[in-house]
Amino acid sequence: MSNFIFGRYLPLNSVVHRLDPRAKLMLSFFYIVLVFMANNLVTYGILIVFTLAAIFASKISLGFFLKGIRPLLWLIVFTVVLQLLFSPAGGHVYFHWAFINITQYGVVNSGYIFIRFLLIIMMSTLLTLSTQPLDIATGLSSLMKPLRWVHVPVDTLAMMLSIALRFVPTLMDEATKIMNAQRARGVDFGEGGLFKQAKSLIPLMVPLFMSAFNRAEDLSTAMEARGYQDSEHRSQYRILTWQKRDTVTWIIFIIGFAAILAFRRW
Amino acid sequence: MAISFEHVTFTYQAGTPMAQTALEDVSFNLPDHGYLAIIGHTGSGKSTLVQQINALLKPTSGTIKIDDFTITPNTTNADLKPLRQHVGMVFQFPESQLFEETIRKDIAFGPQNFGMSPEDANELADQMLTTVGLDISYAERSPFELSGGQMRRVAIAGVLAMRPQVLILDEPTAGLDPQGRQEMMDLFEQLHREQGLTIVLVTHQMEDVAEYAEQVAIMREGRLVKFGDVQEAFGDPDWLLANQLDVPRAAQFAQQLAKRGFQWQPLPLTADQLAEQIAEQWQKRGTDHV
Repeated sequence: MSNFIFGRYLPLNSVVHRLDPRAKLMLSFFYIVLVFMANNLVTYGILIVFTLAAIFASKISLGFFLKGIRPLLWLIVFTVVLQLLFSPAGGHVYFHWAFINITQYGVVNSGYIFIRFLLIIMMSTLLTLSTQPLDIATGLSSLMKPLRWVHVPVDTLAMMLSIALRFVPTLMDEATKIMNAQRARGVDFGEGGLFKQAKSLIPLMVPLFMSAFNRAEDLSTAMEARGYQDSEHRSQYRILTWQKRDTVTWIIFIIGFAAILAFRRW
Repeated sequence: MAISFEHVTFTYQAGTPMAQTALEDVSFNLPDHGYLAIIGHTGSGKSTLVQQINALLKPTSGTIKIDDFTITPNTTNADLKPLRQHVGMVFQFPESQLFEETIRKDIAFGPQNFGMSPEDANELADQMLTTVGLDISYAERSPFELSGGQMRRVAIAGVLAMRPQVLILDEPTAGLDPQGRQEMMDLFEQLHREQGLTIVLVTHQMEDVAEYAEQVAIMREGRLVKFGDVQEAFGDPDWLLANQLDVPRAAQFAQQLAKRGFQWQPLPLTADQLAEQIAEQWQKRGTDHV
């Protein structure tokens, strides 16, 4: 469990950590758009410099990001190989056999896809490593506020989201505990063939669901006992305020956006 | 099985900013057929310590020896399976490990994982069910229909069914009613006496320590601050109090009586010891007056 980096928070004190979660969420989204706009060496170069600068500013060591990529490595390799082998004809053909074409376009495109994956994973890892889950929830609910006009139960959704995020570590602990107990009874997790591995999950999942349901029931009782009512307007303990650093970060991103527009191949 | 720790240190999430040292330079020797109680504050490293014994956590540095098994930071999981059969572990709130459709199947799960045939395991399961004080008629029922206390018994039966030689108990009686607690502790004592099981008990119940344990390890902030027999560990109530640990109720009572002229040699730790010494001293006083 402890090797799992994606979705975890690293408590450090840096500019990136202190940014408004709303700004970070919107900028992450904006960044993904930028990644898909880039289509040549110069624009990807700009994005790589950008990403490295953001990571440097967060004071989190690069090793964490590389660890974060590891679980997704097979997905990346699979996509890149697919792109490499089956891209449409174009440019110089290096290799041709039956339906497999390795072309100049294919090589270039798969290279770009690889970089895209890398950049997007790094930036979203940066978002979760530098933002507390509860802040992400507050940020999201704040961004969803306009949806109230079309009768979306924003407050309820926000409450559900923050409860879900709040219980991720609890369930992780619970899972570790149950896994330990079953290991002590001779279960080998993650060993043997696929069928054996799947079967070894039953002694983990059944107790985990049992305790999750029990916990949910206890929690709802506790919330009602303290007077929780659905869809009332709720005030918040943590109030987000837009700071100068948020504006500055936005300006930097917009300059980056302009640069990519200027240098991309149209 | 004898257990020995040599300079064992353990750090959670080593090499990250969240690194937390839970055990620091812990060394001790527990003889075969021993009964060790581990006491200490919440977060003092008790649970981390016992999880080293069946290698659910491997030491960051140092060596652990359990009879012929040696656990070092480099030990691989494949080497550990035989060890786990010999070291049974009852976790805190063990009822959360139940998952099978019937109680019999759940108890038979452990032995089958270690290669016992289903028939033998089922037979053993029925036997264990009676050992932990449940009627055989429960065998076909779902473990989730039971009360909390009964679920706990089933979970403990599931561990005992592996026929371990070392039994680790991490607060096994937490949340049980007084009678259930007494029955559980008596069961463990019986296993220790009759089958020679080495028992390692993590507890906050000082009465249980005084009553059952032979040796006591006191943990504080990841360090082993005291290791010795029960009399040694409780012999200095002031030191215990300074470390925010209680002495057994009988010893507290004896301390109050000491202010009224009673003299203890040694300090009584259980109600029986206390009664015996009071009777002795009263008899003496009786003859003095005559």
